[in-house]
Amino acid sequence: MSAQGPGGGFHATHAVGKAEAAQPTEFAFDAASEAEIEKIIARYPAGKQASAVIPLLYIVQRQMGRVTGSAWVPRVAMDVIAQRLSMPPMRVYEVATFYLMFNTKPIGRYHLQVCGTTPCMLRGSDDVLAACKSAGGLKGYGDTSADGLFTLTEVECLGACVNAPILQVDDDYYEDLDYDSTVRLIEALKRGERPPHGSAIGRQTSAPEGGPMVLTGSED
Amino acid sequence: MALSDKDRIFTNLYGTQPWNLSAARMRGDWDGTREYLAKGRDWLIEEVKNSGLRGRGGAGFPTGMKWSFMPKKSDGRPSYLVVNADESEPGTCKDRDIIRHDPHKLIEGCLIAGFAMGATAGYIYIRGEYYNESVVLEAAIAEAYEAGLVGKNACGSGYDFDLYVHRGAGAYICGEETALIESLEGKKGMPRLKPPFPAAVGLYGLPTTVNNVETIAVVPTILRRGPGWFSSFGRERNAGTKVFCISGHVNKPCNVEAEMSIPLRELIDRYAGGVRGGWDNLLAVIPGGSSVPLLPKHICDDVLMDFDALREHKSGLGTAGVIVMDKSTDVVRAIARLAHFYKHESCGQCTPCREGTGWMKRVMDRMVRGDAEIEEIDILEQVTRQVEGHTICALGDAAAWPIQGLIRHFRPEMERRIRERHATSTPLAAE
Amino acid sequence: MAKVTVDGIEVEVPNGASVLQACEAAGKEVPRFCYHERLSVAGNCRMCLVEVEKAPKPVASCAYPVMDGMKVFTDTPVVRNARRGVMEFLLINHPLDCPICDQGGECDLQDQAMAYGRDLSRYDEGKRAVKDKYVGPLIKTVMNRCIHCTRCVRFAAEVAGVPEMGATGRGESMEIGTYVEKALSSELSGNLIDICPVGALTSRPYAFVSRPWELRKTESVDVLDAVGAAIRVDVRGGEVLRIMPRVHDDVNEEWLGDRGRFSFDGLKRNRLDRPWVRRDGKLQPASWAEALGAIARALPGKRLGAIAGDTMDAESMFALKGLMAALGSQNLDCRQDGAKLDASRPDYYLFNTGIAGIEQADAIVIIGSNPRVEAPVLNARIRKRWMTGALRVGVVGPVADLTYPTQAVAMGEAGAFLDGAKNPMVILGRGALAREDGAAVLAAAWDLAKQAGGLREDWHGFNLLHQFGGQVAALDLGFLPGEGGLDMAGMLAGGVDALWLLGADGFDASRIAPGTFVIYQGHHGEAAAARADVILPGATYTEKDGTYVNTEGRVQRGRMAVTPPGEAREDWKIIRAASQMLGVTLPYDSLEALRAEMAAAHPVFARLDQGPLPGCTDDAGPVATGALGMAPFQLPIQNYWQVDPITRASPTMAECAATYLQPKPLLAAE
Repeated sequence: MSAQGPGGGFHATHAVGKAEAAQPTEFAFDAASEAEIEKIIARYPAGKQASAVIPLLYIVQRQMGRVTGSAWVPRVAMDVIAQRLSMPPMRVYEVATFYLMFNTKPIGRYHLQVCGTTPCMLRGSDDVLAACKSAGGLKGYGDTSADGLFTLTEVECLGACVNAPILQVDDDYYEDLDYDSTVRLIEALKRGERPPHGSAIGRQTSAPEGGPMVLTGSED
Repeated sequence: MALSDKDRIFTNLYGTQPWNLSAARMRGDWDGTREYLAKGRDWLIEEVKNSGLRGRGGAGFPTGMKWSFMPKKSDGRPSYLVVNADESEPGTCKDRDIIRHDPHKLIEGCLIAGFAMGATAGYIYIRGEYYNESVVLEAAIAEAYEAGLVGKNACGSGYDFDLYVHRGAGAYICGEETALIESLEGKKGMPRLKPPFPAAVGLYGLPTTVNNVETIAVVPTILRRGPGWFSSFGRERNAGTKVFCISGHVNKPCNVEAEMSIPLRELIDRYAGGVRGGWDNLLAVIPGGSSVPLLPKHICDDVLMDFDALREHKSGLGTAGVIVMDKSTDVVRAIARLAHFYKHESCGQCTPCREGTGWMKRVMDRMVRGDAEIEEIDILEQVTRQVEGHTICALGDAAAWPIQGLIRHFRPEMERRIRERHATSTPLAAE
Repeated sequence: MAKVTVDGIEVEVPNGASVLQACEAAGKEVPRFCYHERLSVAGNCRMCLVEVEKAPKPVASCAYPVMDGMKVFTDTPVVRNARRGVMEFLLINHPLDCPICDQGGECDLQDQAMAYGRDLSRYDEGKRAVKDKYVGPLIKTVMNRCIHCTRCVRFAAEVAGVPEMGATGRGESMEIGTYVEKALSSELSGNLIDICPVGALTSRPYAFVSRPWELRKTESVDVLDAVGAAIRVDVRGGEVLRIMPRVHDDVNEEWLGDRGRFSFDGLKRNRLDRPWVRRDGKLQPASWAEALGAIARALPGKRLGAIAGDTMDAESMFALKGLMAALGSQNLDCRQDGAKLDASRPDYYLFNTGIAGIEQADAIVIIGSNPRVEAPVLNARIRKRWMTGALRVGVVGPVADLTYPTQAVAMGEAGAFLDGAKNPMVILGRGALAREDGAAVLAAAWDLAKQAGGLREDWHGFNLLHQFGGQVAALDLGFLPGEGGLDMAGMLAGGVDALWLLGADGFDASRIAPGTFVIYQGHHGEAAAARADVILPGATYTEKDGTYVNTEGRVQRGRMAVTPPGEAREDWKIIRAASQMLGVTLPYDSLEALRAEMAAAHPVFARLDQGPLPGCTDDAGPVATGALGMAPFQLPIQNYWQVDPITRASPTMAECAATYLQPKPLLAAE
């Protein structure tokens, strides 16, 4: 073994401590968000409102997407949540940075989330990634396209493995993709269309390609 | 003999019918629920025990026994049923189908389980990525409330049971039951030290039972058809039917409900269109989700898909997520990608997992290229042993086992790559 | 109790104890990083793994409860391998920078690596690089060294009560910090340095200053607040390089306020290191003989008075009182703040419940005090009690953030607030007595404790919280106007011709009547020294052996860690020398003899390190002169960091004040 490891040098951790220049200085929930918050807090016992921290982070992210076109959670919004839920701001920062669905930096209009875990990898997620890069104008994971339309993220197993490979666009799973179908999807997104999510090859959800072999109603 | 459709619990697994209440009732859901509740907690727990049902989330703990750990008599404090719908184990996507296509089986199961353990409310913790699924589930719960099936005086039983959906936000570790509870309390999903166990100190410090979606969703059918019917499938101690997820290099990847103890080969051939290129093109199978060691073809030839048979081969049934790899697979890369997964999903709380997953991942990345020394295979193996059994939760074990399986069965391939790279590199470049 | 066998040794430990505690009871050392007996159990470092019979895997002994009949093994191949594995993991991403790390030589990781480490690393990959964090002016961070034990996070949240530290991100990328890069808003932040088992959080003022083995360590006591925390003064080459807390379970546990820990750089600045005598209206350097000669010439025949400062040792005050008596003066005072104290009974001016006694209280009313800044370590004890869920706290007067919830109550409602409490406490700030109606406040507070059932044979719920380490000894010594004597106001207003200020720097020196001959004996040249006719350079608390009494009446000894600078001398010796020049030689010539004399005159000084007497045998209160006024209470200390000549001379304290007292910045500017 060499003294200088093959990995070489250092690997840096996420720069979670650095407040970005893009951080807004204020945040307030809008009326639509407030209506949701009221319902959510009612789900948890009195005094346990901290349980609502993940839901409220979602509400912030959704409101940011709605209002600014970039679904992310600014620092100041975490403080607003802390105040609303009577919890120390630090505990909100911890949660917001622990769960990877919260974007602590601005992202593009569409969030392209490529599953690269083994079941997807076995069925061609490399091609999905390549298609995202070429069609979306993206250099690689973590990149946002110059037109601000796309941010590319590698995600871990999305839990739809029998429909691999998967590309999650914002909330929706696009399944059974290959290079070409991924390109078509991205081109459609560029045109402002939202193609129906689900299988790209017309499968009935998780049933085998060509139609269910059980539960066909033909038995008995 | 293969499982017939009439013995399938999840008759709308593929969503060929609507998920809604009226369609669910047509499928037999919510039929006579009130009468089952009227038979009392002890009867319900006894039925579940007699069915031989073991947890479907991976660990396979007997479900009836788990319920019986809850306080027999309430001391006035609330207690909770928490349903683990944080389906994140690579290779696993069964709960997703139950939630989006058969949510009323889950909701009815929640009511029965909640009643059996004396819970005051239930929370279904669903992984954040299942956004569309959570929308269906919330709508189904709203239907159930509307119809008086849950909520105050659920099903006219006199029992009040509230049921809520709580979305996670992208953390595999929240599938660990105490991490899930932490997350539900609004904290980072970091597993708790045990003891105390959730049945004593769970959600909000109160008695809590955490069950997998499939575990809960099969309960109403077990009651309707009887524990004997359920335990008639599968070998002793491995009872019931099970939803298998068959992914990877098969001709027709799919989810399918089959009987426990079905031979792996039959499962793949009968339901998933066989291995791509034929059975002889099989390289290896990960039989129970990413956390269990892979099995090379010769074991796959005749192994049965149940807890005990797979354990005998130093693997496990896990979540029954069957990941098939044919001979075109870069098996080292396939496992290295799992090492990446565990490094990425380690919560960072305890030392062996936080540091060990990163170490294993980096060595595995080099093993893919053969950029290593032969002795490093042994070091890697030792590192997996240093992680295994020394962590707060089972994620450390889960990260160690796939690599151990690889070394156990594919060491020659790993050595071959190292030798090949050494042979093709000039000594300087190898530095 | 549970019987547990550890490596064949049978021990009995309480039910609910941890396996680790059982191991300790059996004398078996168990290595640990995250476990700390005064913090919640995290169980995350996994260094304390042991084998328990029938357990399938090694268990974390810090978190595993004992069971009767349990068999524990701390030294088996399984245990050793587990610990070696954990140690290797801790080291793979830990930098090899021990030679430049200030923790070196007193590092838990270094020590345990000797026992469980390998001599060669098997980790051949790149090491983690973590950005250093800002957590305040007192803490230096080198986050590459962090082992994620979360002790600092738990200390901040649990003990300090400022949940501003946390671990963001996750997995290998998890980082400890405040996320927003802010100074930890605590007066106890320095304890993070001690809590951190590695060199991630070290002392900023001490950075690269010294190695632990180069230091001479002197056990002493802090005088910069009235808690009297046990400290250790570390010295090299005649210079105090750092001050650290020692464990004293009844006083400071193992904590120390930032003022006591970090103000030592004020010990060497602005010092009076030679005598001065005013000649022709100007202070000029003088020899001791000249200075004492000037006093010997000036004092005879004059009306004399003496005022003692707030941080003086008992010995020097006893000597000065003796000198004044020998010169026929009854004009003594130690109340620079004018507090209307009643020294007729010790329990009228002591913190009678005791600091440890707070842990038995179930309701507290705080009157005119902010214990967080007046006595942060004592405040942490209140918070500790609050954390158990068994305490409610009411505040009469200005309500500050005390790190636990409080309820504002009016004086008239305080009785109702304490109603039903089994062990009520009234904590009266000394500042609440420094006002016109102070005597009435004192009587009312006593009466409140009495009415609440807090004055019983088994419980004394009346507590006076002093502000400095010398204040109680002065009262014990009766450094107060004698029969017909003048108090401080009387002395300043021209009632005396000559005034001896013994470290008395806490009042406006311009109040001294013109023409008064002023002797200033002390260690720092501030306003009172500038007003003096003769300056006698004395010693700070680190430069003399001295006796101090804390707010609960505990008599403790401070020890000389360094010699006084230049020609400065220990204070009692200066007074003894003056007495000789004045022809009234005090009857002792050694510290031992002085102390014997002092203990004979004031037996309390013979009771070393004793807590307050339990209970109250006579609930008759101090006499109220005058009626309770309507004026709102004012908090005496607004600036925790700069309260006395030492802290005012400290650049570190100045930096703290600048950091913490500036107006809160806008979020965006952080």
